[in-house]
Amino acid sequence: MEAVLNFFVNILSTPAILVGLLTLLGLVLLKKPVEDVVSGTIKTIVGFLVLNAGSAFLQSDSLNAFGEVFNYAFNMQGVVPNNEAVVSMALTDFGQASALIMCLGMILNIVLARFSRLHYIFLTGHHTLYMACMLAVVLSIGGLEGWTLYIAGGCILGLIMALSPAYCQPTFRKIAKTDSIALGHFGGIGYAFAGWVGRFFKGGKSTEDINFPKRLIFLRDTTVAISITMMVFFVLVTGVAVGRGILAEDPANFVYLNTLLNVGTETETNWFVWAITCGMSFAGGVYIILSGVRLVVGELVPAFKGIATKLVPGAVPAIDCPVCFPYAPNAVIIGFLVSFVGGIVGLVILGGINASLMPVALILPGVVPHFFCGATAGVFGNAEGGLKGCIAGAFAHGLLITFLPAICMPVFTALGFTSATFSDADFSWIGILFGNLAQITPGMPLLIICIACFCLPILYNALVPKKQADAE
Amino acid sequence: MKDIRKIMCACGSGLGSSLLVEMNIQDVLAKLGIDGVEVTHSTTSDVRPGAADLFVVGRDLADFIKEVDDDQKVVLTNIVDKDELEQKLREKLDL
Repeated sequence: MEAVLNFFVNILSTPAILVGLLTLLGLVLLKKPVEDVVSGTIKTIVGFLVLNAGSAFLQSDSLNAFGEVFNYAFNMQGVVPNNEAVVSMALTDFGQASALIMCLGMILNIVLARFSRLHYIFLTGHHTLYMACMLAVVLSIGGLEGWTLYIAGGCILGLIMALSPAYCQPTFRKIAKTDSIALGHFGGIGYAFAGWVGRFFKGGKSTEDINFPKRLIFLRDTTVAISITMMVFFVLVTGVAVGRGILAEDPANFVYLNTLLNVGTETETNWFVWAITCGMSFAGGVYIILSGVRLVVGELVPAFKGIATKLVPGAVPAIDCPVCFPYAPNAVIIGFLVSFVGGIVGLVILGGINASLMPVALILPGVVPHFFCGATAGVFGNAEGGLKGCIAGAFAHGLLITFLPAICMPVFTALGFTSATFSDADFSWIGILFGNLAQITPGMPLLIICIACFCLPILYNALVPKKQADAE
Repeated sequence: MKDIRKIMCACGSGLGSSLLVEMNIQDVLAKLGIDGVEVTHSTTSDVRPGAADLFVVGRDLADFIKEVDDDQKVVLTNIVDKDELEQKLREKLDL
């Protein structure tokens, strides 16, 4: 008897198999043929294992070393904002909780879409997974575990899946010229903010009325973008560290720098070559993680969409951010550039605060968040205020996704995630809000708050009479 | 009908919009009554001639798959528009 019980506990506590079972359930509910169910389930499980492999590679060959070199060079904590890196690390300890929160969150998203006025079905599966993982991490600070953690996390996940598209919709409606689709991307609050800033510049010339070189678009390829940024970061940081004499240090003082310091290597390592290789290894790690995530969500999302459209009449699909890129190709490039500049300005300000006021983590400007989120912010700013709105909105967004992660960082540092953090704006504000709530009101009150937050839109729908035009 | 066994959709990180287009293609194929076509999604880094019989991307990514012959690719103006997708797929499939 105990052996049987152990067997089931083991299955449910192996995240890869758990996620596979969830997919299995979804595919069976959709009455898919047996061969589809089998291949879908297996691909999901393998995807999860690939993700773990990518995570190990990313950390051992790049991220850990970056943290150490940065610390030596600047005596500060340098943080790379990269969702994949931090999620893959957190999944080792929070895999089971993340999987169950993700499943509950998707169900509760359907409940909200059906019974509140937020009719959005969030189809960006990788962001659902990342948010589930982040909620598992921050809510566990409040002492929640087991089912209390899954329910609290699921409630907040279901809520944000319907809420994030809702606060983007006022501007997104002007971009897509329809209410039948929405934007589903957890940079949402940043886009809403960029749109709001853009509104101060109403009536200006649109970004699409000017000629703008499109060559920078090659940075949209994640592998290329991450390689270039991380190579630059590694070379700069290692260069400073070498200048301060790291090569003469005793290798025993470091954990992850054996290759750089020639421990157990046959040839002498050149620091420049080492830095470039490490930078590219970061991109390689993310590439592996993305392949894993692709396998995991590739089966789950269609099942989720199939079930949701059956259960919710009039559901509005909320879609990943590149959906708005074709509407304003110039705003994409301008938004990225200006957001990145905002990130650099933000970094300088953080450095100033760190030197004069209090210790803060330095959030480095990552090309991937500034590209995808900055570009979207640019499109939002342009839709509200033309070229000037695009520039102002994207710049404000660039500052936002530098400061929010910095404010959020103590929450993660407490749990040992020191060198990477979430980049996109919704992860940060949810992390800040619930990370602090978890510390102030741990335990049962936290669970009750989470459930109450989830119920609010449903109660609002039931109690507040609808306006004629059924306002959002 | 032309022999297309494998269709690959692509986007920047190969997670969100390409998966959406993949789901739409599945719907269109089902509507046209076409069976046995494998539809996948990935990043534009994985697009190279031979990796699939037909590649589908949004207009903003057309430059990323320049190396693919015109008759092996579909470039969508609006990635969520199923009518546009159906019309362009019909052309490629010689229906």
